[in-house]
Amino acid sequence: MPAHTIEGMASTASIQVSPDVLARYEAVIGLEVHVQLATRTKIFCACPTSFGAPPNTNVCPVCLGLPGALPVLNRAAVEMAVKAALALNCTIRQPYSQFARKNYFYPDLPKGYQISQYDKPLAENGWLEIFVDGRRKRIGITRVHLEDDAGKSLHEGFGDSDRYTYVDLNRCGTPLIEIVSEPDLRSPEEAYAYLNELKLLMQYVEVSSCDMEKGHLRCDANVSVRQRGVERFGTKTEVKNLNSFRFLKQALEYEIARQVAVLESGGTITQETRLYNPDTGETVGMRTKEHAHDYRYFPEPDLLPLKISQAWLDRIRASMPELPAQKRARFVRQYGLREYDAQVLTLSRALSDYFERAAAASRDPRAVANWVMGDLLGALKAEGKEITESPIRPEQLAELVDLIATGEISGKLGKEIFAKMFATGDSPRTIIEREGLRQISDADALSRIIDEILAANPKQVELYKGGKAGVLGFFVGQVMKATRGQANPQLVNQLLKEKLG
Amino acid sequence: MTATEIRELTIERVRQGLLSRRFSALELAQAALEFAQKENPKTNAYLHFCPERALEAARRVDAQLAAGEDPGPLAGVPVAVKDVILTRGVRTTCASRLLENYVPPYDATAVVRLEQAGGVILGKTNCDEFAMGSSNENSAFGPVRNPVAPDRVPGGSSGGSAAAVAQGTAVVALGSDTGGSIRQPASFCGVVGITPTYGRVSRYGLVAFASSLDHIGPFARNVRDAALLLQVIAGRDPMDSTSAFAPVPDYVAELSGDVRGVKVGLPREYFRDLTSETGEKIAQGVELLKRLGCEVREISLPHTEYAIACYYIICTAEASSNLARYDGVRYTRRSPHSETLSDMYRNSRGEGFGAECKRRIMLGTYVLSAGYYEAYYLKAQKVRTLIARDFTEAFREVDLIVTPVSPFPAFRLGEKIADPLAMYLSDIYTITGSLAGIPCMSVPCGRTREGLPVGMQILARHFDEAGMLRLAYAFEQAGGAEV
Ligand SMILES: [Zn+2]
Repeated sequence: MPAHTIEGMASTASIQVSPDVLARYEAVIGLEVHVQLATRTKIFCACPTSFGAPPNTNVCPVCLGLPGALPVLNRAAVEMAVKAALALNCTIRQPYSQFARKNYFYPDLPKGYQISQYDKPLAENGWLEIFVDGRRKRIGITRVHLEDDAGKSLHEGFGDSDRYTYVDLNRCGTPLIEIVSEPDLRSPEEAYAYLNELKLLMQYVEVSSCDMEKGHLRCDANVSVRQRGVERFGTKTEVKNLNSFRFLKQALEYEIARQVAVLESGGTITQETRLYNPDTGETVGMRTKEHAHDYRYFPEPDLLPLKISQAWLDRIRASMPELPAQKRARFVRQYGLREYDAQVLTLSRALSDYFERAAAASRDPRAVANWVMGDLLGALKAEGKEITESPIRPEQLAELVDLIATGEISGKLGKEIFAKMFATGDSPRTIIEREGLRQISDADALSRIIDEILAANPKQVELYKGGKAGVLGFFVGQVMKATRGQANPQLVNQLLKEKLG
Repeated sequence: MTATEIRELTIERVRQGLLSRRFSALELAQAALEFAQKENPKTNAYLHFCPERALEAARRVDAQLAAGEDPGPLAGVPVAVKDVILTRGVRTTCASRLLENYVPPYDATAVVRLEQAGGVILGKTNCDEFAMGSSNENSAFGPVRNPVAPDRVPGGSSGGSAAAVAQGTAVVALGSDTGGSIRQPASFCGVVGITPTYGRVSRYGLVAFASSLDHIGPFARNVRDAALLLQVIAGRDPMDSTSAFAPVPDYVAELSGDVRGVKVGLPREYFRDLTSETGEKIAQGVELLKRLGCEVREISLPHTEYAIACYYIICTAEASSNLARYDGVRYTRRSPHSETLSDMYRNSRGEGFGAECKRRIMLGTYVLSAGYYEAYYLKAQKVRTLIARDFTEAFREVDLIVTPVSPFPAFRLGEKIADPLAMYLSDIYTITGSLAGIPCMSVPCGRTREGLPVGMQILARHFDEAGMLRLAYAFEQAGGAEV
C-alpha cells in the first residue's frame, strides 16, 4: 500500500501518512444519499421531470414558487418512496409522517425554503446488507424521507458569467428521497459497496434509474476516524460532492488520511463541511459562514400529514419485486449456484432476468451461469454493450449449453459456435446446419479416420505400447484436427484405447 | 343610474335590474366603475381598477342573458377584490413596494369561481402590506379612510374591501382574514364580514401570510349577500391540499329568520373588562337575541388569555418563511446597488418591506431559531390545541358563541401606529376563532353615540356557517344594526 500524500492543507504543506500509522486507525463513515425518483411529474405539481428541456420551460406557478401557489403531493412519488423504504427494510412511520420547511436563501431555491421532512420522516430503522471481502455486513438505515429538489445555478458558460449567475428552475420540484445510513461503514471499500448495493436496490424496485451523471444519485459522507479499540467516535466532517463511485472512494481515502495526519501531528479535527474537488482529489473546508445554517425547520402548513393506510401499504408491498438478497439466496437454493456466482448474476435486475430465462430453458443451470458470467459478459464488455443489448437471446444460450451437455457438440466447438452466435444473433442449430459443424458420433466413420492416423504414425504407436500413456493425447489431437473439432471426444478416447489395446 | 341607486345595490337588486332589462350588465359595470373611480379619492379603498376585465365580464353576462342562459348567482354584481388575492393579468401588489409591478399569470380559485358565477371585478382593494396590520395604515400606497368617519381607520388588514362595500363602490368584496382581518374592518365600517371555516374556501392564489391561519372570505352590506358570495367561493379545490371535502349547503335557504331555541354562549373572558360603549351595544344586541327566542347562557373559554401570544408566535413564524421568496431574484423588485448576493438580498428586502413586515419577519425568524423553537413555536402549537379544545368543549353546551368583534370602535388614523403592542391587542377577540379554525363573522350591532359602528362576532362549530348565518340574518332582520 503506497503512502498517502496529502497536499494543499495549507496550500504548500505535503504530509505523508505511512500505512502502519493508517492501520492503527479505523474510519467511521455514514452516508447521506439523495435519490431522484423516476416519477413522470414533479413532487408537488404536474410539470414533467424530463431531463434536458430548454432552461425554465418545465415550470409552473407551484414549482416557480410564485405568490399564492400551493403544493399538492404526487401520489406516485409517495409510492416510490415507500417501495424504496420497504426495500431497505424500514418501518413506515405511523400514524403519519409530516413535511417540514427547511428555510434558507439561495437563488435556485425560489420559495426560500425546501419542502422536506424533519422530525417525522416517512420511514425509519432499516438496514442494507453489503458483501465485502467475502463477508456479509448489515448497515443500518436511520431514515428515508421525501423532499423536493432545488433548481440549478449556472455560474459558467455565459458571456457575462464573470458578473452574473444564471438560474434554471426546470429541476425545481423534482422528487427526491434522502436515505441516511447509520455510521456503520468502516472503510472506503464498505462505503463503495454500500452505495453500489443501494443503487442496485433502487433500480430493482424501479424507483430510480440512479444515473449518476444526471444527478439521480448524489452522495454526501460523514467521516471521522478513531484509534482502533477506542469506543468513542471522533469529531466528524461532512464531505460533499461525492457524485461518482470513483469520487466517493477517492474522497474518503483522502479525508481519512487527512484526519489521521492531523491527529498524528497533535492537532484536532474541526467539525465542518468539506467539499471534494475531483480535479485535485482533495477535500477542502468550506468557509464557516457558508455552512453555519440554522434551517429553522417547522411543519409545512400547506400539506396535510402523510398517512399511509394499511391497505395502501399492503398494495405497495404486494407490488414489490423480489429483492437482490432474496434472489441471491434463491439462486443458490434453486440452481445450486455458488454464493459468489449468485452475487454476480444479481448485479442488475436485467442480468438476473437474463440468467433466469436461460436457466429455465436449459437442463444445466450451473453451466448456464458459467456461460453468462464468463463468455457472455466478457463479449458484451468488449463491445461496450449492456445485457439488455445482448445479440444472443437467453433461449439461444440455453440451447447451446444443452447441445454441449448432451454431447452433441464438444465444448471447444461450443466456444466457436458461441462467437458466431454473438456475431450474427443466429441460433446454435442454424449455425451448425449452415456450416456443417455437427459432431461426429458415428463410430464407423471415426474408426476409419483413426485407422488412417495410426497407420501414418507408427513411432507414436510404438511409444504408447512401450508404456507412454501420455501419447494418447497426441492421437486425440490428431483426430480432432482431422475432423475440424467435430469428433465426439468421449467416443474418440474409447475407440483409440480399443485399437491400441 | 343615480349615485344613491348604485350605493344601495344588493345582489338581489342587480338581479332584478338585469332581468327587468332596466339596465344591462355592461351599463351597470360602466356606471359602477365611474362611480367608484369618482368616490375612491375619499377613502383610497381601491389601489387600482381593472375596467377591461370588468367590462369583459359584464359583456359575458349580457351575452348569456341574451342567449337565455343562466348567468349565475352573481350575474353583473360589482365586486372588489383585496389586493392579496391573485388576478391574472391584473396587478396584485399586496400593498407592498416589493410587488408594486407584479402581474400574476394565474387567478386565485376564489376569483375564478366568482367570475364563473357572473361577478364583475371592478378593481383591487387596499390593505395592510401582505395583510399584516389592524388599521390599513401599513399599506405602502397610503392608508384607507373609514367611509363612516374619514379621520378614522377602516380597520385592517382588509380595510379597502370593507371601506369599498361600506362606501357603496362595490356591492360585495373579497377579503382575507388571518387573525381578524375581515371581521374587524367589517365591524369598524358597519358591514357584514365572514371568516369561513379553515379549509372551506380554497387558499390557492391567496398570497400567503400565515398559511395555517389564512382565509378568504366575503364582505357585504347584508347577511344574505355575504351568504351568497360565500356559497359561490366555498368548496373543495384540488389545488389546495388543506381545502375540505365537506359538502357546501345552500346557505341562503338556511336564512329562515327563526332562531327560537338556539343556544347562545357568552364567554365570560370576553366580557370581563368590557366597560366601553362597545360593551353596552353588545349587551343590547344580546337582549335582542333573547327576544328572538335564543337561550343565552354564560360559558368559559379558559385559555383565551394566551391567545395573543400564541397567535403572534405562529403567524410570525409562518410569515417569516412565506415572505422569504420576495428576495429580488425573480419577480420582486431588485435593489440596484448590490455588489454581492447577500447584499442583493439585504438591500432588496430592506428597501422593499415596510416596518411591520420587517418586525414580523424578525419575530418569526427568532421564534423558529435553534434553541428557541421548543420554547416558542412548539409551545404555541400546544396552546393552540388548548384554545381549539376550549371551543370544542363550549360547543357541547351551546350552538353558537357571541362576543364583541373588537374592544373599541374605529380609532383615529395614527392613534396606535406608534404602539405595535396596542395595535396587536385590538385583535384580542378575533384571533381565538382563527386559531381554532372555526367559522366566525361580524354583523353590525348598533352605533356609538359618535355614530361609529359596532360589530357583534358570532362563532360556530367547524363547517356550521349555516347556523352562524341563520343567527346573523335573524339579528339583522330584527334591527340589529340599530340597537
Ligand atoms: Zn411545476
